[in-house]
Amino acid sequence: MAKRRVMFTFPPKLIKEPIIYNLGRKFNVVTNIRRADVSENKGWVVLELEGDEKEIEKGLAWVAGKGVRVDPVVGDVMEG
Amino acid sequence: MSHVRGLRCRKCGREYHLEPLNLCDFCFSPLEVVYDYKAMSRGVSKEKIAGGPLSMWRYRELLPIDGDVVDLGSGFTPLVKADNLGHELGLEQLYIKNDCLNPTHSFKDRVVSVAITKAREFGFSIIACASTGNLAASVAAHAAKAHLKSYVFIPSDIEQSKMISTAIFNPTLVAVKGSYDDVNRLCSKLVEKYNWGFININLRPYYAEGSKTLAYEVAEQLGWRAPDCVIAPAASGLLFTRIWKGLEELSMLRLIGPVNTHMCLAQAAGCSPIVNAFEAGTLHVHPVKPNTIAKSIAIGNPADGYYALKIARESGGAACAVSDEEAIEGMKLLAQTEGIFAETAGGVVIGVLKKLAASGAIKKDDLTVAAITASGLKTQEAVADVVQPFVIQPTLESFEEVLGERARA
Repeated sequence: MAKRRVMFTFPPKLIKEPIIYNLGRKFNVVTNIRRADVSENKGWVVLELEGDEKEIEKGLAWVAGKGVRVDPVVGDVMEG
Repeated sequence: MSHVRGLRCRKCGREYHLEPLNLCDFCFSPLEVVYDYKAMSRGVSKEKIAGGPLSMWRYRELLPIDGDVVDLGSGFTPLVKADNLGHELGLEQLYIKNDCLNPTHSFKDRVVSVAITKAREFGFSIIACASTGNLAASVAAHAAKAHLKSYVFIPSDIEQSKMISTAIFNPTLVAVKGSYDDVNRLCSKLVEKYNWGFININLRPYYAEGSKTLAYEVAEQLGWRAPDCVIAPAASGLLFTRIWKGLEELSMLRLIGPVNTHMCLAQAAGCSPIVNAFEAGTLHVHPVKPNTIAKSIAIGNPADGYYALKIARESGGAACAVSDEEAIEGMKLLAQTEGIFAETAGGVVIGVLKKLAASGAIKKDDLTVAAITASGLKTQEAVADVVQPFVIQPTLESFEEVLGERARA
């Protein structure tokens, strides 16, 4: 089992969609929210995903495909 | 021995022992080093610092280090009174902190020196980083000095000159095919799989502390006082936050008076997530896709963005962005007034300084320090159009024909 810490940033049009719920339903991934700030016009969620590495990858690709920005929690690792 | 108490979460305040760890296990917020300032104040004095080496290590008592340091002679770079540039911008007390003059030509030597020293204390035999230039060269150079193996991840399409300035130190240089985001994701996985000291991941709390030395030096070089204004570039936001922390610490240790410094943050318009949040009046730094020539500060998802934003606001400072054209103008202006060849990020700082001076956000008699964080020698292509020589034959006649009028003027 693998774990991945990620941040989802939602565009306003996706605020109402239950994306994290569906991520857990469609893929065999456990979602565990640690921090979040969601309002009617913006939203971000920091969460941990646990599951098979391939399922996590597939799940994250699905989330990104919906239009959610997916980033590592540590921020950008690449520096100047 | 250092005066470190441990690590603490910047968000929820949970404390951790000193270990290679950068995120709180509970809320996934960044950790920072905390000190016993009472004990530190007993071991620190202006006289003791003045008697130390002419490098960042004169402030060793204020850093989280216990053993021998890995030192290339970083820090204690010149603080230059920039009267010519000040005259151009209408500023009477302008200073440039010239960090181009570090061993590998950027301020990264400050942070890497602390991080690699700490990596050795933790027993790592391999260190790693992902970088487009300045950090890569600094890590490779310090690893060579410390007899540590290093893995340096670079995007496969970076300029040859940047690869050479890293490869000369003989790291394991890994060119990754893919976007910056791909490299970010890869490194996040590598740090979980391999027992490496990843400079800006699991060693980040220590790495960050090296940046404070820039602020210590500025205060000491000004005769132990904080500036009225500091203007610094923000990529991850780490340097910006640690300049503030450094000034606050000096005040806490009573080496300087109360800090009333306005902290002004500079970004390139093509990658300005922190400036965007400042202008929108929000505390959420929304990630962006970078698109700027100022690659050394092109971080779309800044790890310390939230904290940098808070400091810019709470210090009564500013956050401002300039276009690539304005950054290039800034590079030329700095070079042609003060003789300092800064990289594109330095051009961004000067461009923002010009805007803030013109708007009155920085007043003409404010004691202002602009941080120039890396040398232009690594980003020469950005200003290649300055090369327009007069071509003549090797004869006096030819010289006078082409340049006679100019020479006699």
